[in-house]
Amino acid sequence: MSFSIRKQGDVVVVDVEGQLIVGNRQELKQKVLDELEKGERKFLIDFSQTGYIDSSGLGVLVSLSKKIREQGGELRLANLNDDLKTLFELTKLDTLFQIADTRERALESF
Amino acid sequence: MRGEARGGRDGAARRRSTLASTPAQVQRVEENASVPIPGDEALPVEHVRLAIELDIPSDVRYIEDIVAMVTRQCAQLAYAPRQLALNVPVALTEALSNAILYGNGERLDRHVHVRAEVDRERLVVEVSDEGAGFDLESSEIDPTSPENLLREDGRGLFLMRRLMDSVERFDDRGNVIRMTLRRS
Repeated sequence: MSFSIRKQGDVVVVDVEGQLIVGNRQELKQKVLDELEKGERKFLIDFSQTGYIDSSGLGVLVSLSKKIREQGGELRLANLNDDLKTLFELTKLDTLFQIADTRERALESF
Repeated sequence: MRGEARGGRDGAARRRSTLASTPAQVQRVEENASVPIPGDEALPVEHVRLAIELDIPSDVRYIEDIVAMVTRQCAQLAYAPRQLALNVPVALTEALSNAILYGNGERLDRHVHVRAEVDRERLVVEVSDEGAGFDLESSEIDPTSPENLLREDGRGLFLMRRLMDSVERFDDRGNVIRMTLRRS
């Protein structure tokens, strides 16, 4: 499980590879907060290579969403598979996040 | 399942293994598995029961490997893809992280015991820790309500309940959570 970060235009794109769970959530949080600290304001987290997410992972996404918004930024999510979509629907977090079907659509939405 | 230890169709084949990617603190990992006789892939698995039993230190780095082991057992008995990708891994991760973080307070001298039994009917997983336990009924909060939606915590037990058919707590052998999922 790892996270890769790259810039696409003015958007910071984070790929979550493997699981986003209690054991690695802080790593994701710190990486995104570091970019926020540097002045980045547009963030896209891509889940196309993600296995499963637990409640800690969901909690980190909520936390990042709040912190990015506080700084006047935006967070988008993309490429949730059907199982991850169900997880977001069960927790109603699909109502909290802007979720795009593809990375391209997410990038266009900023 | 070719190459597994021979144990008889309903018998228990005991083997020891270690988690390849886990820290050195691990004392041992013992896996008890009832497996079909090697070469019997074509035989019906209706009466096969797989069992796995592990004892781990309170370290969240063990979680992913344990989840992979239990999910693999369910896959061998043809559980639904949704159950393999969502219900089992998420609910088990929640139970393990609860036991490690809250039950045992991440103290490495305290262990978490996991026992999973899988057959064609159901998966039953028990996760035990050495903590004081908690009242399952009084731990009910609704993380989907508007006032809780922005909370960063409070979704673990909710997800276990929503993703498993039953979640029960016992304290006769330490603090034990038992989760049951019917195969679909």
